[in-house]
Amino acid sequence: MQRFIMIRGFHALIALLAVSIIIFSLARLSGDPLDTMLDIDATEEDEARLRAYWGLDQPLHVQYFRYLGNVVTGNMGESIRWQGQDAMGLLLQRLPATLELAFFSLIVSVIMALPIGVIVAVKKDTGIDVAGKIFALFGQSMPSFALGLLLMWIFAVQLGWLPTSGRGSFFFDVGHPEKLILPAIALGYFQVAAIMRLTRSSMLEVLDTEYVKLARIKGISETKVIWKHCLRNAMTAPLTYFGLILGGFMTGSVVTETIFTFPGIGLLAIDAVRAKDFQVIQTVVVFFAGIYIVANLLVDILYAYMDPRIRYA
Amino acid sequence: MAEISIPQPAQPSSSAPLRYWRAARRYPLIPIFIMLVVLVIPAIFADVVAPHSHRVGSLSNRLVPPAWVDAEGEGIFAKPGGTWVHPFGTDEQGRDILSRIIHGARVSLIVAVVSILLAGITGTTLGLIAGYFGGNIDHLIMRLVDIALSIPAILLALVLAVALGPSFQTVIIVIVSIFWSRYARLVRGEALRLKSQDFVARAKVAGASNTRIIARHIFPNVTNTIIVLATLEIGQVILLEATLSFLGAGLPKPTPAWGLMVASGRGLIVTSWWVAAFPGLAIVLAVLSMNLMGDWLRDKLDPKLRNL
Repeated sequence: MQRFIMIRGFHALIALLAVSIIIFSLARLSGDPLDTMLDIDATEEDEARLRAYWGLDQPLHVQYFRYLGNVVTGNMGESIRWQGQDAMGLLLQRLPATLELAFFSLIVSVIMALPIGVIVAVKKDTGIDVAGKIFALFGQSMPSFALGLLLMWIFAVQLGWLPTSGRGSFFFDVGHPEKLILPAIALGYFQVAAIMRLTRSSMLEVLDTEYVKLARIKGISETKVIWKHCLRNAMTAPLTYFGLILGGFMTGSVVTETIFTFPGIGLLAIDAVRAKDFQVIQTVVVFFAGIYIVANLLVDILYAYMDPRIRYA
Repeated sequence: MAEISIPQPAQPSSSAPLRYWRAARRYPLIPIFIMLVVLVIPAIFADVVAPHSHRVGSLSNRLVPPAWVDAEGEGIFAKPGGTWVHPFGTDEQGRDILSRIIHGARVSLIVAVVSILLAGITGTTLGLIAGYFGGNIDHLIMRLVDIALSIPAILLALVLAVALGPSFQTVIIVIVSIFWSRYARLVRGEALRLKSQDFVARAKVAGASNTRIIARHIFPNVTNTIIVLATLEIGQVILLEATLSFLGAGLPKPTPAWGLMVASGRGLIVTSWWVAAFPGLAIVLAVLSMNLMGDWLRDKLDPKLRNL
């Protein structure tokens, strides 16, 4: 087990390094950083001095290690779009909003997906099952931005129940918690189809086991058998799916925050893209990729812990 | 007296139309129909089918509603009704939305086909090499696969869009660099399984080179898998491209990409819902039909890929 954790940890480290190399080379591809720093009337001496100051006269690998050191210490440079602000600081400012949105959308997707998955599994091969399949199929075929706009059109424009945009919060001192509802649904639905299908298949497996038969023979009510005995055991599979769900949330948060102008990290990334602010965009990507890789590592370890066969694969 | 009705044995009908109907029922007709109408026919015949230019509109004709929407309001608040000249209405620059959707099908399909082909060729080649030779090269390729799978596609696209600028090439690079890994992983597994089979051993005894074994004996056995995966992925690629374009990190304006059209309709949703709605619907239908096609092909060609 220790050996497995070490190997997987090593792989995660390699993936992180690969991400940093990709971003470093893209930063160099996008042009000489000095172009944006030098005045029009700068002399060649000025240029040489500035180049030495930023370490751009060093060979590429030296530059890369210097960059890596900066990444590790969280020093990602200054934003171009938001003058005078540190890119990492900008990200940390936006982090609470995105975390809260992710939290509520996770609740939305679990509240929607688990019951539907259970009911669909219990009513296998009936009209309800087919309806569930169609629901899942639409979930996989509908772009999240289209769903976000549809929700906005129905609940904000036509019915006027909810606001279309802006930051709202339950936990922080911002107010307007109702502004979280639509973004949370839009982001949460993104995952519903996947979680639902997983719940269905693991429920089908559990429904077929001996202890469920025993519970029925003992005369326990069907409701209790399904929602207590089965669901508890069927829930582990969708829960360990966490890594992929997290990846979906990152992608989703960029899209959802753009649609609802929700000032989180995703919107920060899009604003940075529009302003060609490389410092900020690389900060967001390194941050997200880091979370994603570490989360997947934890999921792998968790899997191996629960299922010893994986360790030897 | 009760009448006794004798059930007639069903006549084995052999009339030609019925036979065709039965044969046709074995195919997923609705998905094929949607795919042809939304994606393939518009993509191929865009210049013939599109009623108007997708590039030029007239500003006096901007934001005309779809044909079935009636005029409302009076005086300066009057909103004109739609006409069949522009069945789906016009956008903020007075361009016909139907024509732009038709040309958008071409854009979507070209992006999907080019990137799936490139990703498929790269992934299949690497997967065959990894699976057949094993050892260090296998380790190296599988590490690359892990890395490719661990970078969220949207994020990579955002960095590339800033570094290289949004363009057709950028979109293709993003999609290929994410999607090749799935082919590599799947094909490697298949190659691993196939290389220990008798016919490979016999080919070796007969003196076939490694290249020949891979190309003539292993590759033909994985084509079904590749075709199924490719069909299932076309829908996902269309979805990804639309999302990237919507975010401004995909195809640049004024390409008639569906994602871009939805993005330009986003700010108009209160007054002119149709600008965003119809391109959005086109995306849903195209992806839905491709997903259904993929499911059907999988069951038909390669049922062991159930969990794909």
